[in-house]
Amino acid sequence: MPLTIGVPKEVQENERRVATTPEAIGQLQKLGFEVAVESGAGAAAKFTDEAYSEAGASVVADTKELWASSDIILKVRAPQQHPELGVNEADLLKEGQTLVSFMAPAQNPELLETLASKKINALAVEGIPRISRAQKMDCLSSMANIAGYRAVVEAAQQFGRFFTGQITAAGKIPPAKILVIGAGVAGLSAIGTAASMGAIVRAFDTRMEAKDQVESLGGEFLVLEFDDDDGSGEGGYAKTMSDEFIAAEMAMFAEQAKEVDIVITTALIPGRPAPELWTEEMVKSMKEGSVIVDLAAEMGGNCKLTEANKIVTKHGVTLIGYTDLPSRLPTQSSQLYATNLRHLMTDMCPEKDGNLVIDFEDEVVRGATVVKAGEITWPPPAPKLSAAPKAEAKPEPQAAPEPEEPKSKVGSNIAAAVIAGAALLGMGAVAPADFMAHFTVFVLACFVGYMVVWNVTASLHTPLMSVTNAISSIIIIGALFQISSSDGLLMWLSAFAVFITMANIVGGFAVTRRMLAMFQK
Amino acid sequence: MLSQGVMTASYIGASILFILALGGLSSQESSKRGNYCGMAGMALALVATILGVVTANWEILAAAMIGGAVVGFVLAKKVQMTQMPELVAILHSMVGLAAVLVGFATFLDHSTAYVGAEKTIHDIEIYLGILIGALTFSGSVIAYLKLSAKIGGKPLLLPARHWLNLAMGIGAIVVGTMFVSQSGAGEDAMTPLLIMTAIALVFGIHMVMAIGGADMPVVVSMLNSYSGWAAAATGFMLGNDLLIVVGALVGSSGAILSYIMCKAMNRKFLAVIAGGFGTPKASAGGDSAEVEGEITPIESDEVVALLNEAKEVMIIPGYGMAVAQAQHTVREMVSKLRAKGKNVRFGIHPVAGRMPGHMNVLLAEAKVPYDIVFEMEEINDDFPDVDVSIVIGANDIVNPAAQEVPDSPIAGMPVLEPWNGETTIILKRSMATGYAGVENPLFYKDNSRMLFGDAKDSIDSLVKGLD
Repeated sequence: MPLTIGVPKEVQENERRVATTPEAIGQLQKLGFEVAVESGAGAAAKFTDEAYSEAGASVVADTKELWASSDIILKVRAPQQHPELGVNEADLLKEGQTLVSFMAPAQNPELLETLASKKINALAVEGIPRISRAQKMDCLSSMANIAGYRAVVEAAQQFGRFFTGQITAAGKIPPAKILVIGAGVAGLSAIGTAASMGAIVRAFDTRMEAKDQVESLGGEFLVLEFDDDDGSGEGGYAKTMSDEFIAAEMAMFAEQAKEVDIVITTALIPGRPAPELWTEEMVKSMKEGSVIVDLAAEMGGNCKLTEANKIVTKHGVTLIGYTDLPSRLPTQSSQLYATNLRHLMTDMCPEKDGNLVIDFEDEVVRGATVVKAGEITWPPPAPKLSAAPKAEAKPEPQAAPEPEEPKSKVGSNIAAAVIAGAALLGMGAVAPADFMAHFTVFVLACFVGYMVVWNVTASLHTPLMSVTNAISSIIIIGALFQISSSDGLLMWLSAFAVFITMANIVGGFAVTRRMLAMFQK
Repeated sequence: MLSQGVMTASYIGASILFILALGGLSSQESSKRGNYCGMAGMALALVATILGVVTANWEILAAAMIGGAVVGFVLAKKVQMTQMPELVAILHSMVGLAAVLVGFATFLDHSTAYVGAEKTIHDIEIYLGILIGALTFSGSVIAYLKLSAKIGGKPLLLPARHWLNLAMGIGAIVVGTMFVSQSGAGEDAMTPLLIMTAIALVFGIHMVMAIGGADMPVVVSMLNSYSGWAAAATGFMLGNDLLIVVGALVGSSGAILSYIMCKAMNRKFLAVIAGGFGTPKASAGGDSAEVEGEITPIESDEVVALLNEAKEVMIIPGYGMAVAQAQHTVREMVSKLRAKGKNVRFGIHPVAGRMPGHMNVLLAEAKVPYDIVFEMEEINDDFPDVDVSIVIGANDIVNPAAQEVPDSPIAGMPVLEPWNGETTIILKRSMATGYAGVENPLFYKDNSRMLFGDAKDSIDSLVKGLD
């Protein structure tokens, strides 16, 4: 019996996203699921009910019916008070159902209690571990990417100048200078967006591994003159740094504050209030008309002057504290979120039979599951893999080769030389002079061959083989010596030898020529 | 009739031209000139010899030469680049056969009488020339059959095969002494010579039969070397310095290639010759090292998306690309990617394919510019900057077990390291193991994605997707 996935309309004010798209529905159906979508669920994200029905979903007008008839509920926001029905969405859940959405489990213990009491399974998408395999399901990264982009767009909206520098007939326009603090997914997205708009972008992150990423997007990485260990924490987040480090960091920010026009802060440490990185003093020292976008506004803000969900102007600086940046690009964010969830469903439905398996052996599912059959399973055991390369990541293969080796090698080389020399002398003593003359030629030719062949480039090894093949057919000379023999057997043996060596000579040279003609720059 | 002096002078010229021919192969630019030097050298040697020694049977000589030339030319024109290993192997067998024929002809020719030590040395030379020639001949024929898949590539392992080899070796020496003493006593020593030829033929067959498909590059270069030594032995037999020089050149060239191939597989030359690599028994260590994790399949449209985002793309071709004849399609894909401004490079493992330089020839045939084709050592350190690596029909040469699993049968073999890059796409027909029979942990890495299917079809769909 295939399970039904229900996608209700989001009820939070200003939430324009939706948990699935017509595109994703096709994929979910391939897994064997049936999909039901609440009427109007995608309207704000520009997905019409018609598009959903065309994709094969049933469109349900009645909210309660949708919740009641679904086995799996995919949502964006955590369950909350439903303004029209007057009940909490959590109360619409019934035993055995599975809910997948953002839940902020670390901040919402009482929500987990409520969900557990309903005897359901709940998966918080924030809990999906940030390991390589789970990247395709990483909703936080998807949303952060959008937030970073939108942060730049919002800043551009409030900023009174161009981003890019220009020399125009009406005068010279200096480029805008942007500082991005925190080079996570959102920060990198902001750096890339701002750089592509022509701004001078500087970025800072406590994790040195971010340097290459920042530079690859066209940003300049600010390096702190400070000796301390790397700031990479578990699961790809930064960890809290030492006091001295923070002091040095703040001094640098104070310097930057006098120069930059736009500051985008993205510093978050999971489960804790956002660190204050941009003080009121720094705001005061910024130029009139500067803009600060605080992506950490929801968690208190990296700048204490920021007010969540508002744009305020203080000390001549505009502070943007929107917490719903992804929702401001609803079509894009819904699409990415729907794809992330679709991948999660794929992971949880290995048989493609429309059934959901909550397998705690699967690190991804274990991380995301906060309630299983009415029991709270949060927090999960720490993920083992970090995105940061470990210092000892690469054990030198066969490190420290036996130091005894060279000595014994020299010894055996000398021994070999002595034996070879003795053998040569012995041979010279008994062999006729004629043979020794030929032997001289042979040994010298071997050395010439040795020297010449080592210079052959590896890509020409095949032509080398075919050309040596052709010339080794010089053996034809032996046959030519015999072909004029009056002995019939000898003559025919030689004639046959001439035949095959000639085939070899012509074939070898011709195929070599053919190959060499193909090599081109 | 040319004088002996003029002939010798021509031979010196021919020797120099042959050395230039090999020297020319040091770079692609000079290689064509090198090949012409080789042809000129050969023509010079042939003309000098024909004018110098041939006195009768002109029409038979002309017929044999023209016939042979036509056959050789047609072979060279018709052969597919993917079949080069087979062609090279069958050409080796001809050199071997010719050495045997010339050896017998020289033995039967009693026009020059030798005495004493000269007689003994001459007999030994004949004996060795035929021995090496026969060995090269039968070994190359088997190699040809294996490479052209007319017989299976799996190693044939007779019980007590090492004893068998030893017995044959001793037998050859014993028969050799019989031959020299009988011949020295003025008797007809044909019988021991024929016995030895039979032993050498069996030895060649047995040796190559016992060698697995992955070791074919070593075998082919080893036979290349043998064909050279056969020519050198013939040179000693005839007292001809040109043959000795050429034989020594070819012999050392093949020996160096064998050495390079063995080193690329971290294998001892003797171990390769003794055979038996890649049998289930031998890979017991690989099996015990259970590979953890799961494989992640990927669809071609997702690969296209990855490629579109990538800046640095690395392509690692293997024998599978040759089998699927996918080199032209690969080139098409590369052109599209390059047109989009991606930096596309090829990483070539020395033993990729079935003979030294096999992949380079295939890529050259498909008109891939050679300056984007790199050797393993040149490129292995660049993988951390690579966004997408595409492994086409290669297995053992990208197997991290060589570095990570100390008791793996391929432990210590230098391998390409695509897992240090961002994402590795592996094109593969199925989950079968490579020729070495070793599980490949690369497939299970977090940043690896498997694109199942025929290599050519898969790349075809990528090409379409990149439009």
